Amino acid sequence: MATRILIPTPLRPYTDKQDAVDAEGRTVGELLENLTQKHAGLKAHLFNEQGKLRSFVNVYVNDEDIRYLQKEQTPVAPGDTISIIPSVAGGVDRVSGERVSGTFSGSAVAEKVPDTLPQLTNDEIKRYSRHLIMPEVGVEGQRKLKASKVLCIGAGGLGSPVAMYLTAAGVGTLGLVDFDVVDFSNLQRQILHGTPDVGRTKLASARDRLQALNPEITIKTYETALSSENALKLFQPYDVIVDGTDNFPTRYLVNDACVLLGKPNAYGSIFRFEGQASVFGAKNGPCYRCLYPEPPPPGLVPSCAEGGVLGVLPGIIGTIQAMETIKLILGIGEPLVGRFLIFDALRMKFRELKLQKDPDCPVCGTHPTVTKLIDYDQFCGVHPAAPEPLESTTVQASPLDISAVDLKARLDRGDDLLIVDVREPQEYQINRIPGSVLIPLGDVPKRYNELDPNQEVVVQCKMGGRSAKAADFLRSVGFKRVLNLTGGILAWIDKVDPTQPKY
Amino acid sequence: MRVTVRLFARLRDVAGASELTREVAPGATVGAVWAQLTREFPDFAAYERSISSAVNADYARMDREVRDGDEIAFLPPVSGG
Repeated sequence: MATRILIPTPLRPYTDKQDAVDAEGRTVGELLENLTQKHAGLKAHLFNEQGKLRSFVNVYVNDEDIRYLQKEQTPVAPGDTISIIPSVAGGVDRVSGERVSGTFSGSAVAEKVPDTLPQLTNDEIKRYSRHLIMPEVGVEGQRKLKASKVLCIGAGGLGSPVAMYLTAAGVGTLGLVDFDVVDFSNLQRQILHGTPDVGRTKLASARDRLQALNPEITIKTYETALSSENALKLFQPYDVIVDGTDNFPTRYLVNDACVLLGKPNAYGSIFRFEGQASVFGAKNGPCYRCLYPEPPPPGLVPSCAEGGVLGVLPGIIGTIQAMETIKLILGIGEPLVGRFLIFDALRMKFRELKLQKDPDCPVCGTHPTVTKLIDYDQFCGVHPAAPEPLESTTVQASPLDISAVDLKARLDRGDDLLIVDVREPQEYQINRIPGSVLIPLGDVPKRYNELDPNQEVVVQCKMGGRSAKAADFLRSVGFKRVLNLTGGILAWIDKVDPTQPKY
Repeated sequence: MRVTVRLFARLRDVAGASELTREVAPGATVGAVWAQLTREFPDFAAYERSISSAVNADYARMDREVRDGDEIAFLPPVSGG
């Protein structure tokens, strides 16, 4: 009895345009043999020179991948449906990261018909020779890399190693989204950028560095803030999206856009000495919202600028993201789908959480409530900063605030002011206002009774955020007059004492 | 019964430890363990709605019951890049 084999669109030119063909056989191997006898043109597309099924051809028996059954020896019974699933060639690249029968199929992009993959030049063969001699990559894998398109969000701590390793590895098109300018404080970890790049846009700096590393690849730069308006259009041409952003609104935006478009998200995130990595948004795999349905309230989780980060850490997490990206493109190994990797650099430990797709997930669940991109600033409770007044004198300052210039004037006048610096001791070691006392924000509730509530107090931190909280607290416990230094120590250095270092 | 609690990121800073052992009532859920920690470390409370949790390295919800000897992990999100 004949078994029906479903033929994908790219292979239909070889089956007289039929989308299904009946063939005879007791095993998958016999069926395919019979199929290629009937349609000889298929043979070169399904089998390599050694007569082995090509690695980019996935065969399913009733939706089960034969690689997890008995491969070509998998028996077929009458009534079974066989599907041949190579990659869709041309612009319809698909890195679905599909999970089949609870096991990641590793299919990824990457299942492209080899005829449509770009050829390698002699220079490229020399350049990628250490890849080419490994059977897991080989010429075909390197051609998949050349055909692939990866979009990296952010050209900072994580984006640096991601972009550099993907460039070196020969990913054909690398897109970068960033709108920042290189700052001295970036150089301790953002190895895309060098000292001469300070003040340039990160994208200009990245383009030079990456193109020098590998002139064979195409670098596309998007100097824009990723937004709900542009994300889907930006992501559309790409096979894999790499999340190297540094804030929650963008992370939720990247996640949702990837889920809506069915594109895998090679996720990484860092904090001080800890890192996280996973692959979200793979077909049938969980997404970021399955793990964190709700964003933290603003200000609760410090950024690298507030909390600090050891420079090597994004190197480790970013290279994991790059490795996962390449595995997805090649369709090899076991990607971090449904696994959440946690790295602790101080203890040098990797831990892994098993993560299931949440059927109630608002984006990727069975009844999604988020079906288009939303306002992520609002979702995360972040209010875009109001534009700064050009001249502080032109606006009515809040009576609860004091400017650096006014503070200096009052100190010079000999006013009896107590300056309380609520930063951490390591920050206080870098710079300080003479005469200030240090009480870190977290200690204020325990130590405010060291201060006289009848004395006028000026609270101050790095930029004014933490000190605003301290001021609220001190007023709530009965301090008569508390002023917050607008712009913190940085404004003090800018306006009053430029000899001190900034951080 | 005794459980091991693993803390990550800011929670570790707040508690001053990455690993704690705590006695919890029989039949306690992950949420009950969290509530107990919040009494001990009041600053935990702010994280309640945004943490994720795991029991024995398996992602778990707050209503999951814990057993003697379980390892319970609490992970606040981090966003650095």
